[in-house]
Amino acid sequence: MTFVENLTLFVLSAFIGYEVITKIPTNLHTPLMSGANAISGITLLGSVVVAGQGETTLATALGFLAVVMATINVVGGYLVSHFMLSEFSQGGR
Amino acid sequence: MAGILAQQLPEQALQFAYLVSGIMFIQGLRDMTHPRTATRGNLISSGGMFLAVAVTILWFEILTPAILAAGLLIGGVVGAYLAVAVETTEMPQLVGLFNGFGGGASAVVAGAELVDVLAGSGDLGVGLTASAAIAAIIGSVTFSGSFVASGKLHGIVGESPVSTNVGHALKVTFLGVALVAGAVLVVQPSLFGGVPTAEWVPVYWVIVAAALLLGVFLVVPIGGADMPVVISLLNSYSGLAAATTGFVLNNTVLIIAGTLVGAAGMILTIIMCESMNRSLANVFFGGLGGDDTAE
Repeated sequence: MTFVENLTLFVLSAFIGYEVITKIPTNLHTPLMSGANAISGITLLGSVVVAGQGETTLATALGFLAVVMATINVVGGYLVSHFMLSEFSQGGR
Repeated sequence: MAGILAQQLPEQALQFAYLVSGIMFIQGLRDMTHPRTATRGNLISSGGMFLAVAVTILWFEILTPAILAAGLLIGGVVGAYLAVAVETTEMPQLVGLFNGFGGGASAVVAGAELVDVLAGSGDLGVGLTASAAIAAIIGSVTFSGSFVASGKLHGIVGESPVSTNVGHALKVTFLGVALVAGAVLVVQPSLFGGVPTAEWVPVYWVIVAAALLLGVFLVVPIGGADMPVVISLLNSYSGLAAATTGFVLNNTVLIIAGTLVGAAGMILTIIMCESMNRSLANVFFGGLGGDDTAE
């Protein structure tokens, strides 16, 4: 992976992110924010790799801290989004 | 360097799995913009996350499986507990809190990678240090800013939007310190013959500390009613922090998912502003409860 290949992915993904969000009903703003937030917990992958492969105690400890924080974001984020959305469907909107 | 899956499958398999989970994130996000498909979208997106995490754990050799398992368990239990325990009305601040943890994780993991590379090959290239500096600034601002925003929504942090020239001076100061420390981190290898002054890369944590303070002073002056917009913007930042971490680690799905959230979150923030008849600049610079005299 070169820097330019990474940059290519970055630019194309930015366009997709821009296009995916169109007109959104107001009551979906918060669940969508929450769902997007859960996706940003993808940083968990980085945490897993660093925590699992740390060459020093310090790197492993930092990786562990990152895994805990990122997992809270992922698990909590998806669950809260789900609860908010099921709230809507029960309320019959 | 190889885990169970890596020994059995060709190298492209990992990238292919990451591609599939990237597609699931895009489709999930798309479904979440429509009421009828929103629940399905959230499930697709979480499936993409599960795939990416599972494949990563099985692909890379895990030297300390107990520590990794403990981290996943603790984080999972805490996250699930908060999600289940919190009242519906308090969910916006909970989203802010989760977002803060995500940003914090990006900042910490970029630092951990610096420490790790330094202990290994010791070759801190410009691409690595520059990406790490950016992840440190964005991730740390997201962490502290999100906690302040959540605190305001929850009524723990003072509601009154106070802004003084001192506050502005502090913001500029901490931003300056973070940028200078970031520049030092990037040029350090050539300044000190390729060896940072200590194995824990002290200058990196100076960036983190300054950016944490910056996040606090950025959000404190903004009024409580604008907090959902602030949390949404910080959500976009945490996506960018994750994408930058992807640059640090050369990880494709981190870049795809992080950038996706960065861009989608930014548009969502603007839409949320518009539905309140505000502009983003208005929230951040004029959002002083109608009193703009401090400017």
